[in-house]
Amino acid sequence: MKNRLKVLRAERDWTQAQLASALDVSRQTINAIEKGKFDPSLPLAFKAARLFKMAIEEIFQDEVNDEA
Amino acid sequence: MSKPDQVDTNEYTNRNCQNTRYLRNWTAAWVVTMAITAFGPRFIWEFQTLITVISVVINLAFGFGMLLANRRYLRGLDEMQQRIMFDAMGLSLGVGLVVGLSYELLEDIKLITFQPEIAHLVIIMCLTYLGGIIAGQRKFQ
Repeated sequence: MKNRLKVLRAERDWTQAQLASALDVSRQTINAIEKGKFDPSLPLAFKAARLFKMAIEEIFQDEVNDEA
Repeated sequence: MSKPDQVDTNEYTNRNCQNTRYLRNWTAAWVVTMAITAFGPRFIWEFQTLITVISVVINLAFGFGMLLANRRYLRGLDEMQQRIMFDAMGLSLGVGLVVGLSYELLEDIKLITFQPEIAHLVIIMCLTYLGGIIAGQRKFQ
């Protein structure tokens, strides 16, 4: 799964630690999600969507759809 | 949009540190009561049954306290950290089962001459758990 978390965070000038604090997860988890090494659960994805005031699919994209 | 740290700074880290301290304290108390239960009858109260039974009960109580503290610690982790712990625990359980049964078998089939010790299995499981956590942290780094 691809995501735009790093870009959205950079646009707002937030650090990984600040985003982690807002989503109530560790900084390591934010780093892993940004690098595509860990896919967040649906509740965490919704939480990120609420934080950025965006639709969930604007942040997270299924890579299978892109290949099709 | 305001910075997220203005809303809620380091709550996860603080909670995690608090849960870790809580688990450390319960584990230390359990280890101390275990040592007292193991050595007390011989060196302190000369195998008086009542005191030994009380000591065992206290040790069990602290053991359950430690289990509850561990549950609280695990529930306080975020989903990726829980996943790392889950994988490490699964690995540790599997290795413990396979190695433990084989180790016990070694004496039955006369490949070793000494009695297998449960402590050896606990050490293997702890090292496997530790290795699993390190491997998990590296995997998601």
